Formats: sequence, C-alpha cells, structure tokens
Amino acid sequence: MEKKDMVCIVCPMSCKVTFDLDENGGITKVEGHSCPRGENYVRKELTNPTRMLTSTIKIEGAFYDRLPVITSSDIPKSKLFDVMKEINKTVVKAPVKAKDVLIADVCGLGVNIIASRSMQAVDGK
Amino acid sequence: MYDFLIIGAGISGAMIARDLSKFKCSVALVEKDNDVANESTSANSAIIHSGHDPKEGSLKAKLNVRGNELYEDLCKELKVDFERNGCFVVAVDEDELPQLNFLYNQALSRNIPCSIISAEEAHKREPNLSDSVIAALDLPSTGIVSPWEVAIAAVEDACNNGVELFLGNKVVSIEKKADHFVVATTKAEYLAKFVINCAGVYADDIYNLVSDKKLFTITPRRGEYYLLDKQTTPFVHRTIFPIPTDKGKGVLVARTIHHNVILGPNSEFVEDKESIDNTQPALDYIRKEVFKTLKNIPLNQVIRTYSGLRPSGSTHDFIIEESEEVPNFINVAAIESPGLASAPAISEYVLNEIISKKFEFILKESRIERRPWIIINRMNYDEKNALVQKDPAFAQMICRCEHVSEGEIVDIIHRNAGALTVKGVKRRVRPGAGRCQGGFCEPKVVAILARELKKSPLDILLDSDDSRLLVGKTKE
Amino acid sequence: MKTYDLVIIGGGSAGLASAMGAYDQGIRDILILERDRELGGILQQCIHNGFGLIEFKEELAGPAYAERFVDLIVNNEIQYKLNAMVTHMSNDKVIEYVTPSEGYVTIKAKAIILAMGCRERTRGAIAIPGFRPAGIWSAGTAQRYLNMEGYIVGKKVFILGSGDIGLIMARRMILEGAEVLGVAEIMPYSNGLPRNIKQCLIDFDIPLFLSHTITRIEGLDRVSQVEVSQVDENFRPIKGTEKYFDVDTVLFSVGLIPENALSEEAEVEIHPRTRGPIVNESYQTSVDGIFACGNVLHVHDLVDFVSLESRKAGTAAARYLKNELKPGKTFDCIAKDGIGYIVPHKINIENVDKSLECMFRVTKNVKNVALTIKKDGVVLRTVKKRHLAPAEMEKLILSKADLMDCKESISIEITEV
Repeated sequence: MEKKDMVCIVCPMSCKVTFDLDENGGITKVEGHSCPRGENYVRKELTNPTRMLTSTIKIEGAFYDRLPVITSSDIPKSKLFDVMKEINKTVVKAPVKAKDVLIADVCGLGVNIIASRSMQAVDGK
Repeated sequence: MYDFLIIGAGISGAMIARDLSKFKCSVALVEKDNDVANESTSANSAIIHSGHDPKEGSLKAKLNVRGNELYEDLCKELKVDFERNGCFVVAVDEDELPQLNFLYNQALSRNIPCSIISAEEAHKREPNLSDSVIAALDLPSTGIVSPWEVAIAAVEDACNNGVELFLGNKVVSIEKKADHFVVATTKAEYLAKFVINCAGVYADDIYNLVSDKKLFTITPRRGEYYLLDKQTTPFVHRTIFPIPTDKGKGVLVARTIHHNVILGPNSEFVEDKESIDNTQPALDYIRKEVFKTLKNIPLNQVIRTYSGLRPSGSTHDFIIEESEEVPNFINVAAIESPGLASAPAISEYVLNEIISKKFEFILKESRIERRPWIIINRMNYDEKNALVQKDPAFAQMICRCEHVSEGEIVDIIHRNAGALTVKGVKRRVRPGAGRCQGGFCEPKVVAILARELKKSPLDILLDSDDSRLLVGKTKE
Repeated sequence: MKTYDLVIIGGGSAGLASAMGAYDQGIRDILILERDRELGGILQQCIHNGFGLIEFKEELAGPAYAERFVDLIVNNEIQYKLNAMVTHMSNDKVIEYVTPSEGYVTIKAKAIILAMGCRERTRGAIAIPGFRPAGIWSAGTAQRYLNMEGYIVGKKVFILGSGDIGLIMARRMILEGAEVLGVAEIMPYSNGLPRNIKQCLIDFDIPLFLSHTITRIEGLDRVSQVEVSQVDENFRPIKGTEKYFDVDTVLFSVGLIPENALSEEAEVEIHPRTRGPIVNESYQTSVDGIFACGNVLHVHDLVDFVSLESRKAGTAAARYLKNELKPGKTFDCIAKDGIGYIVPHKINIENVDKSLECMFRVTKNVKNVALTIKKDGVVLRTVKKRHLAPAEMEKLILSKADLMDCKESISIEITEV
C-alpha cells in the first residue's frame, strides 16, 4: 500500500486529492476532492488519462479567419496531436453558431469538435 | 550623376540634405537601414544643450552654441516640437562648487543665459531635487526635442523639395574617379560629384573605403537609459545634470517632449558597432547615480530600457572637413554629444565653410512647406470632428495609451520618408510608445502596414530586414 | 449633451455582468462603451476551457462564456457601442468617446462603472537586459495573434513567468506546432493554477525553472538566445548558474496591471497595492457615482469571480441611481501581516444587507496558518487555513453582526496556529 496524491485538473479549483494505491493498482481512501469528479479523475488518470482539447479551425466568410473550437468531451491524452491534425485540415464556412458540430466523431473517438462561439457571415470575406 | 551624395540619414545627414534642398542641386541621401534616424539619433538624451560645457576652442563649443540658437526656428519650419525648458547643473558637495563656477564663467563668456542659484531657489523650482543639492547653475536656453522626429521631418522636408532618399542601401565601396565618385551599395550604384560622410559610428569604415590613411577612428560609446511612463504632474520640469566629469555630462534626469522621464546615460566604450543592448551593471549604475541629484524618483513607472551608441572620435572633437587626400569627400564624423544640439549648425558649417568654396549655391525660387503630423490627441473637439467628417479612420482608435487613430498612422505611411516598419510607425505617431509597449496595438499596426504597403502581414518588419514579427499562419 | 443613467466603460466580462446587475434592478438607460469590434473583451482570445463552473455550472471556453453574457445584453436590448473608445472622463462624470460612425462625442452619465480591465506588465517594465529585437511579446499579445488572428509568432519559444496566461500559451504554442523550451519563474513557486502546471507543462515535458529569471536576451534583429539564471532570495541572479536556450521568441507572463489612466484623469483615488481604485462596500470609488469592478479594480484569478463582483457593482450603481445608497461614516478594511490587499477598502455598514464578501490575496505561500480577523484591533475570530497562495484570490464573508459597532477598522492578518 502506497500513499499518493494528485492534483485534480477537471476544473480550476485544482483540488489536491490523496489516495492509497495498492499493489494491483487499485485505489482506496480517496480524500481532498470537493466534488465527485475528483475521484473519477484520479481513477482515470491512473488508467487512461484524458484531456479537453481547445484550438482554432479555419473559417471562411467571417471577419476572423480562425474560429475557436473545443472537444465535446475529454479525449485520450495520447490522441491530442491526432485530433489536432484533423482540426488543422478542416475548413468551415460562416455563419457558425456556438455548439455547432464542426467535426463529428473526430478520429473515431466518439467525440465531436464543436464551435466555442458563434461567428456571423461578413460580406466580401 | 548627383551633385551630392550623403551617406547616412541620421540627424547630421538629415540636416545637410534639407539645407542642400534649398538650392539648385541634385542630392541623394543613402541609408543602410529601413528608416531614417534609426541609430545614434534614435537613442540619446534628446537635449538641446546650451553650449556651456564643451571645451573652449573646440568645434563642439562653437557649433553647440550656434545650434542652440538655430533650433527654435528650425523646429518651427519643420513643424515639430521644441521646448526651451532649461536645465540645472547641480552641485551636491562643496568640492563641486569650483567646477560649477567654472561652467558658469564659461557660459557667460559664450553669451549663454545663465545664473547660479541657491539650493533654496533650486528646490523651489524643482521640488524633487535631492536634499544634498547645495547650488545650481541655471541654463534656461537648454531645450528638448524628439531627435528622430526632427530628423524624420527634415528628411521628409528635403524629399518634398527634390532630395532622393534611398533606404536599405548599405554602402559597400566608393571609387574616386577624375571628377566624381562611384558609390556602390548593397542595392545599386550611384554617381556623385561630392560625397558627404555622415555615417555615425561607421564613419571611419566609410572613410576607409576611399583612403588607407586611417585618418581617424570611431569608437562606439554606449549610453543606457530607463524610460518612465508619462507623468500627470511633471517629476522634473527641466533637465537635471550632475557636475560633469571627464567621461561626459553624467547621468541626467530629463522630461521628454512627450512628458515621459528619462534616466541615464552611463558611458561605456564598446567594440561592436551593433552593441545596442542593455546590461545589468549599467542599469544598476544609473539607478544608483540618479539619486545623487534627485529624490522620490518613481522607478516603479519604468516602461522601457534602451541604449544608444555615441560615435566617439579619436580626436575628441567633431571631425568636419573636406579630406585633404580625397578632394570633394567631406567627413562629418565623430558627431557625439552635443551632436544633436549642434546639428543645424553643423549643416550650416558644411555648406558655408566647406562646400561653398567649391560649389555655387543658387537658391530655389520656391519651396514646399512640410505638413505637420496629424496629432488627434492635441486637437480640440471641433478640429477632431472636422477631420472625422473627411475620414472616419481618424475616429478608429488604434493605440489606447497614446490615443492614436488609424488615420494618423495611414497618413505617416504615405509620406516622403514614410514609415515602412512597426518601429517606424511608433517613432512617428507613437502607437507602442506608451505603457503597454504595443501589447494591445501591435497586431492592429501590423494589419494597417500590411494593407497600406500591399504586403502580407507575414512580411511586416519590426525594423531591419531580418526582424519579421510573425513566422506563419496556423493550420497552413 | 446627451445624458445616460449609467455608462459602463468596457464591454468585457466585468462590463457585461455589471450591466446585467443594474438591469436586474430596473435600470434601463444603460450604455456600454466597448473599444474592440465586438463585446466580450479578453475572453474572446482565451479559447481554453475552465470558465463558468460557478456562473453557469458548466465548463466553457472563454468565447462561449462571453457569448452567454453577450446574448443576455442583446436579448434585454441593453445599448452598447463598438469600436468606441473613451478618450476622456472627468470627475463630474462627463465622458468623451470616439467611434468611426459618430466621431468624437461627449456625454454625461449619472453613474459610471469602470470596467476597463487590465494590461500586461511588459519586458520593458521589468528591465530585462539584452537586445530589443523582434520576437519579444507579452503572452497575451501572442495569444491574440495565435487564437484570433491566426498567426504563429515563433517556432522556438521560451516563456518568462508561470502565471496562467504563460502556461496556457505554452500548451497552445506546442499544439500549433511550435517548440517550447522552458518556462522560468522568479518566485520559488508557480503563480499558475496547479491544473495548468499539469496539463500545460508536465503533459508536454516542458521544464519549469523555479527561482530563475531571464538575465539576457540575444539577437540584434530577431531573438536568437536567452540566458536564464537562478536567483537568490533577493531575486538577484546568481553568477555561474546561467543556462542558455536557443530560441526565436520570448513570451512574458509577468503580471497584470489594472488599466486606470482614465480613472486617474477623473481623479479617482488609486490604491498603491492593487493599482486599482479604492472602493467601498458598494464598489463606489472616491468619486461620487463612479463605481469599479473586475480587473480594473484588482486582478482576478477566475472570470467567474469577475462576473460575481461586477453584478454586485451593477446592483450598487442601480441603488445609487435610485438614491438607495446611504451616505454615512465608513471604516477601513486593512490588510495586515501576510495579506497583500483587501477589497473593499472601506465599509459603510448602512449599505451592507446581511453580509459582506471581502476578496483578498496573501503575500506568500503559507501552510497551516490562521487568518485572524480583528475589529478595532480586537480579535473577532480566527479561521484555520491549510494552504494559502498569492496566485489565488481568497474570500472571507463578514456578517453584518461582525461589522456592527466597528469604529475604525476591520483588519485581516495571517497568524501562526
């Protein structure tokens, strides 16, 4: 049995979660988190760490030519750069509404790339 | 074939170009950088000294006094700011009083307005003077300018009146032919009857292209500075000098024409003519020195540090003469302090005492006057709105610190000797010169430059050819 | 001259929330002046997630958080002007602003809310030696280029300062194809959230050098190298500890400064520590009818707290407009040992309903200490704290009973347990 701690990164609260890790990788006595997501995070981080990904995507016909995007939920940490490749080759057209799905089921992960904001169409762009 | 080719568009070259543009002659002004007034002229104390300090009998003494006389009219003609806000040279020790008296007598003998005032009087007029100040030499004819604004305006005025400016042309060889010179640069070849060498710290290198006599050497002497934020109530009204030493006029504290405060310079000989960096020992030295003459210095309002190189000559005086061995080649070299203050007199001297002996000057019948920079921030409500009526770009604010509109920036891009770089825009109308140092306005200035110069934003430069700001677009 | 009940300077997170605060109290004659081309302020370039957990009970990206508020403003038909920069403001609440469509316009406000946000401390302000070439930016400027304009400012990057913007930019630069060689922090601890250390640095194997600073920048035209040195307890570089990194870009994330040029013009009294206005329990500054909230008042760590505070400032401005704010004697809120500052700085108990939320920051990282709250020098109570850090804004709720009969001051200090 080993006493361990980990900073929960689910939200900006950054709770320090302590737990006991046994020989089989099982964890017990999880403490220090202020919501249930803290315990989930610790379990997931030990087996399959995941992250939210935010970036921008090319947009045509808007004032700006990049639109901020976000994954609809967290994705495996190891897939961050694969998903970036997909985002980088996609071009969308204005207008876009916040939460519009811009890439569905990116890299077969069952996660969508969605717009972080709305962007109107602008003439002459 | 040009009558005159001037190498170097610093303050000396700018003044000579402008004075020549008054006469019937052809002039080329050749500059290695992407802007005029880009080296020593852009980083100094910006003081128009009274002329009390240079050694008796020197060219520096003579031209400084005369330059100070000429500045007011010069700036009126160029439509740039000049302010005779005066200076105090302060003594903080009994031992310094003989030197203060010496300077007073020297100023008197040069007909420079001056008086010695008591500590009490000095403190009354400058409340932030150090308590250890015991007496001050008051020199009310001392002034301040923005050195690069004077030089840029002079070149613009010169170009409005026929002078041709060639930026980005570094001189690589000069060949003396029977009755002319062939001056080759990194971009082209120019022919001229007279060559005037105003190349600042590189003046010796330029002269060495036509002569192997090594007549003089220029050693860069670096001065570093702190720049403080604009003051709502002035920290100092006039420039405050300590008693000078053999190293120079010492660490001064001055209000700038734009109401910032500068602290500096130190004085350090450096080998490299590109050593315009700041160093920790020099910055520490300045922080310490300024408290000898002042108190309550708002050091928490530093917004930038900078440094410049003084072109110090081996003769310890200005070198302004036609070369004996290379006729029609005129050196205007070693123009260190008080070079800025002397500049109009240096030009007058070059034309009247040197060139006029060999060239007949005939005045042009008419001249085009320079149009001043548009400065929205200084206009009243009706003036501003009259301008906006003509062009709404004067109501599109780009710089929040200095209140600069898009219209002002577009105007200075499309002028003779106009801005081509982000630094060039900053030095003319000041976006990026304020407390955010361009943090908010730089992306906007880059976009305006790209649009007006018909370039990609990726090709917009901070200053030199190798100073591109952006390295690429995302996703491409 | 046109008169408005309430003019809000700034249409970022503080301005928008304060507008809603006033609107919800029945104020309708509101004008928001925003200098950018759209509402939302700096949130528009903060495309990372982590916003809204308190305000919306869900985690949003910055632009999404902004859009929620913009929708409220639009749906409630609150007036706003874009590309509208305020050029002057006086203490009798006359404002000059400028927009391309109207030119320079002077208006009068019955009440003003200052919501101009903050600016970044620059390389120049901290006087880092070396050259001044291309390739030096504050992190927020690089963030705007990257996230909004779509430009990459460099390929090999070093970052000074481990504040959240610096950390988040490290990850963004890496995801967009740049290399980040390291982050240096002059303090012995990071000023960023632990979660950002983890997911922005550790995830990408970016080294964090604590108690280090950049001691020199090389490169005449473009940055070519930085020299990084360890510092001693007085933050002076230690000779012999120099490390060199060949980079083309240096980003500075070395602090934020409330943007108060206009406040100063209107003779609003500024607090030396926060560098924002001195305010009372109603977020009213030293000038009658001028209120302040958000990062122009003091730099916040989370936007959710900006919204909370600003809504309260908007509510207070509404009460002022309805003559419901009571004049009367105030007492001071004083930051003592270990506390950097407390907002509000002054309290008039007449205007406190049930309780008052004080926001404060500590001056250094401390563990297992007590916060001692004193009323007129007498201990009111102590609160045990496991951990306090300057990077995090702390909150203390004082009840009306706590404040009752206070004559001179309420103070907070850190004491041993």
